[in-house]
Amino acid sequence: MSIILDKVNYVYSEKTAYEIHALKDVSLKISDGEFIGIIGHTGSGKSTLIQHLNGLVRASSGGIYYNGEDIGDDDFNRKELRSKVGLVFQYPEHQLFETTVFADVCFGPKNQGHSRKQSELKAFTALRSVGLPEDYWYRSPFELSGGQKRRAAIAGVLAMEPEVLILDEPTAGLDPKGRDEILGLVAGLHKERRMTVILVSHSMEDVAKYVGRLIVMNRGSVMYDGTPAEVFAHYQELEAVGLAAPQVTYLMHELRGRGIPANGTATTLEEAKQSILQAFSEKCR
Amino acid sequence: MLRDITIGQYYPAESVIHKLDPRTKLMATLVYILSLFLFRNVAGFAAVTFWLLLVIRMSKVPFGYMVKGLKAIVIILVITVVFNLFLTPGETLISFWKLRITEEGLRNAVFMTVRLIYLILGSSILTLTTTPNQLTDGLEKSLKPLNKIHVPVHEIAMMMSIALRFIPILIEETDKIMKAQLARGADFESGNLVKKAKAMVPLLVPLFISAFRRANDLALAMEARCYHGGEGRTKMKPLKYKRVDFIVYLAVAGYFAAVILLRRF
Repeated sequence: MSIILDKVNYVYSEKTAYEIHALKDVSLKISDGEFIGIIGHTGSGKSTLIQHLNGLVRASSGGIYYNGEDIGDDDFNRKELRSKVGLVFQYPEHQLFETTVFADVCFGPKNQGHSRKQSELKAFTALRSVGLPEDYWYRSPFELSGGQKRRAAIAGVLAMEPEVLILDEPTAGLDPKGRDEILGLVAGLHKERRMTVILVSHSMEDVAKYVGRLIVMNRGSVMYDGTPAEVFAHYQELEAVGLAAPQVTYLMHELRGRGIPANGTATTLEEAKQSILQAFSEKCR
Repeated sequence: MLRDITIGQYYPAESVIHKLDPRTKLMATLVYILSLFLFRNVAGFAAVTFWLLLVIRMSKVPFGYMVKGLKAIVIILVITVVFNLFLTPGETLISFWKLRITEEGLRNAVFMTVRLIYLILGSSILTLTTTPNQLTDGLEKSLKPLNKIHVPVHEIAMMMSIALRFIPILIEETDKIMKAQLARGADFESGNLVKKAKAMVPLLVPLFISAFRRANDLALAMEARCYHGGEGRTKMKPLKYKRVDFIVYLAVAGYFAAVILLRRF
């Protein structure tokens, strides 16, 4: 079970004044159960990339294989692919349309061809797992707050029970509490259901804390691909392309510069704390 | 697929036409449209064609890009041709079954098709070479005298510029929502007409809501900057005629006179 991208290229508005080469020779292998973060500057091609993964956008050249099958084939069932690779768009609350939250979450499973009862069961489970309190379920989605709407929209994709979950900037426009809740929810899904999760974000702190593998996109190509510690070790190069490492990485490098043997690869607050405490306890000994 | 709509879009380029005053271009377009319905023989047709090709050439907009805008009127063109071809009374040229094609009908069909195509091409030059802002500035200034008879010229111009500005935004938004619903297994293509219409609900509801949200945000932003309509409002870049504008006015007058004169032949 895996997704393989082989030299994928994508060109927007080919042969016009507005031609943009959005993806250039992108090759990736995404294995089962991975938690991947994709970061990149605005216009680096990350949104285009994830739309390739469930067949919404067709590559201009190159191949994409889902479990060994070429999704560009004419007889490949793209509708089925879309229910296996769930894609939560940026500002997913803008896609809500039904009269109640519950009916909206049922939309996906119904399209998959499930009966009304099965769809409702799936909607029920999905709404439970995103932690939306039950008294909101039968209200109009437009009465909910921003964070609640987003949960409802994510539930709408989860109800289709995808094997791979892709989220495009799921925390954009949320307050810190809402952000932590959504990311905690995603991390929980990864842990409990062993779902493959791909998280697109431009918050370095977010990705460093949760993901196991980090892909950096720059101008349509993959710039780095590795663990957060490996990627953030290149913090100077990242800065040159308009990105940054998490705050703690800078702190650790600063400390090392002043002769304190702190661990330069720490990317989360917890790791940094451990390493600083260790450094000082060794010094005091 | 939605990106193919070219009517009303600006095409950035460096050309004489791009730099003209929008009022000049508006007037020239108006005269051009009038001339389209004045010519009635091959000589007039040649004059109009020459003029159109000249302007297209000068505008530096790729011809293929302009022709794409014609896709939208293909159905209208077909209907026009069929009606003119078969329903015009006159001298019979060919007849088969219950239909007959007359000489006048053929002539009408050809001229009407040409007129419609030229109309779209000519007016798309205006929108392709003029930014929506310039266009409304030009309209507002040209129509200013109507203010005296209490026509809200400024408000109309403002509404027009907002509407034009929102076309690409709404197209993009439609594309986005469509993809989001496709990702949830929506199907916009298969099924009969009723099913297809029903499938539009998940697309139209969010689109309307987003349009209202955007309108609301825009109104707030305008009010926050103390916008209160046209009265006493000055422009950062007031429109001013340059020498080239007068030359173009003369050329347009010459062209119009030529088209009228050619009617006599």
